[in-house]
Amino acid sequence: MARMKFLCDAERCIECNGCVTACKNENEVEWGVNRRRVITINDGEPNETSLSVACMHCTDAPCMAVCPVDCLYQTDEGIVLHDKDTCIGCGYCLFACPFGAPQFPQEGAFGERGKMDKCTFCAGGPEEDNSPAEQAKYGANRIAEGKLPMCAEMCSTKALLAGDANEVSDIYRERVISRGSNKGAWGQNLAYNADGRKR
Amino acid sequence: MSEYLHSTLFSGFLQRMLVLITLLFSVSLASTSYAGNVASADGNGTKGADYWRAINQQGQSGYTTAKGKEAGVLINRSGEDWRLTRNQQVKPIGQWMLAGTLGVLFVFYLLVGKNRLDQPRSGQVIERWKRTDRYVHWIVAVLFLLLALTGLSILYAKHFMPDLIGKDGFGTYLQVCKWIHNYGGPVFILTLVIMFFKWVRNNWFNGHDFRWFIQGGGMIKGKHPHAGYMNGGEKLWFWILMLGGVVISLSGLVLDFPAYIDAREDFQLANLIHGAASLIVLCATFAHIYIGSLGTEGALEGMVNGHVDETWAKQHHDLWYDEVKSDR
Repeated sequence: MARMKFLCDAERCIECNGCVTACKNENEVEWGVNRRRVITINDGEPNETSLSVACMHCTDAPCMAVCPVDCLYQTDEGIVLHDKDTCIGCGYCLFACPFGAPQFPQEGAFGERGKMDKCTFCAGGPEEDNSPAEQAKYGANRIAEGKLPMCAEMCSTKALLAGDANEVSDIYRERVISRGSNKGAWGQNLAYNADGRKR
Repeated sequence: MSEYLHSTLFSGFLQRMLVLITLLFSVSLASTSYAGNVASADGNGTKGADYWRAINQQGQSGYTTAKGKEAGVLINRSGEDWRLTRNQQVKPIGQWMLAGTLGVLFVFYLLVGKNRLDQPRSGQVIERWKRTDRYVHWIVAVLFLLLALTGLSILYAKHFMPDLIGKDGFGTYLQVCKWIHNYGGPVFILTLVIMFFKWVRNNWFNGHDFRWFIQGGGMIKGKHPHAGYMNGGEKLWFWILMLGGVVISLSGLVLDFPAYIDAREDFQLANLIHGAASLIVLCATFAHIYIGSLGTEGALEGMVNGHVDETWAKQHHDLWYDEVKSDR
């Protein structure tokens, strides 16, 4: 079974925000919620780096450990999904997430948190694949159609890679060899090595 | 960066109160610091280890078009500290504290038993709690128990309830718990403030209370120490509830209004303080409920219908009894 991962190559990302737009469009993400964002460190300075970040679908995911309703689950392919019917909008997953992935629409007079929304690796939710209910709550389910997440598919410089861990590493390894440096892969140890999370 | 540092007057106040609480209770948590300056290059114009360390370990933030709290932060490691503290300390320690308190009370009941009246009832009653006192008490009590039940459910129920009522039923139950907790909380704060101003003048400690504590409050068979309208134990409980209430209320308000709070660290800290303080006060509540009902003959009727038997008053609050009698 494949283990799905994201890898954003810091040497390639040009901050075009194509991934953000692709995600927003493909998943019909609601106002005020961004499942993916591009961050530029040292914007306009020497040593500028841009990186695309969303849910990294962590191994031993911190969000799953703190959810009081256990609405988060991990598929056989390592994708972290959640059940919006069970979610109560407490915000604990956001408190725990190293990547700031969980997003909450503001609801009601006091701006309390609505149901959590985050990157699904374009794999929908617990509903039947590509059913209207799944579409409405979680957006696309490209994985069920044998496709990869829209953000990575649309990436103009192929900085953002998504897919089976082995394939992703093979592509990145080739780049490292031709480049002679492996400084690009970002967040890998943090997301996929649970022991690496501890300081 | 400036957006991150920006805070409204309201949240700024809460943040300062939180810092105050933190100092008071000496809760020290390693929290991620946001480097205000731009990560520096290693001097050779390349992105060295320091550069990546600033992003990976120190939560260096950058520019982003995404609008949201801490949207510019790539990695925030504070969640790990919060998760481990909550799941590996607050939860298990709280669980044993609650069970331990109930256990101690049960054993105490078995060994010492009910604190009975030494003399037969006189049949004469005197008024102890006015109607308004009783309303305030029971409104606070019902709200407290509701908040405790819903709060405990949010903390612990996921370990057993989905098996009992199904995953969907549990989701609905906890959604209701969240609403009760989030909307009931501010109402509880109001009632607590009313209770404070109504009862504070009865609850200043004096010399009799000191001697009352020295003699163990007469809980274990022995001579009943002197006590006025409120004895030392009741005053202690009042202050535990009020001081605990301040901590629980302020931390609860931070959690209740996410739209006004900028930093995730505030939520994490507030969540830990809220949980720990609530669990401590809940243990004290168990003791209060036991002493006020099963533990002391004739005590509950004072808070239910407002009157206590003169024998009870003479036994437990002799100075108050003398005062009432001399007034007549």
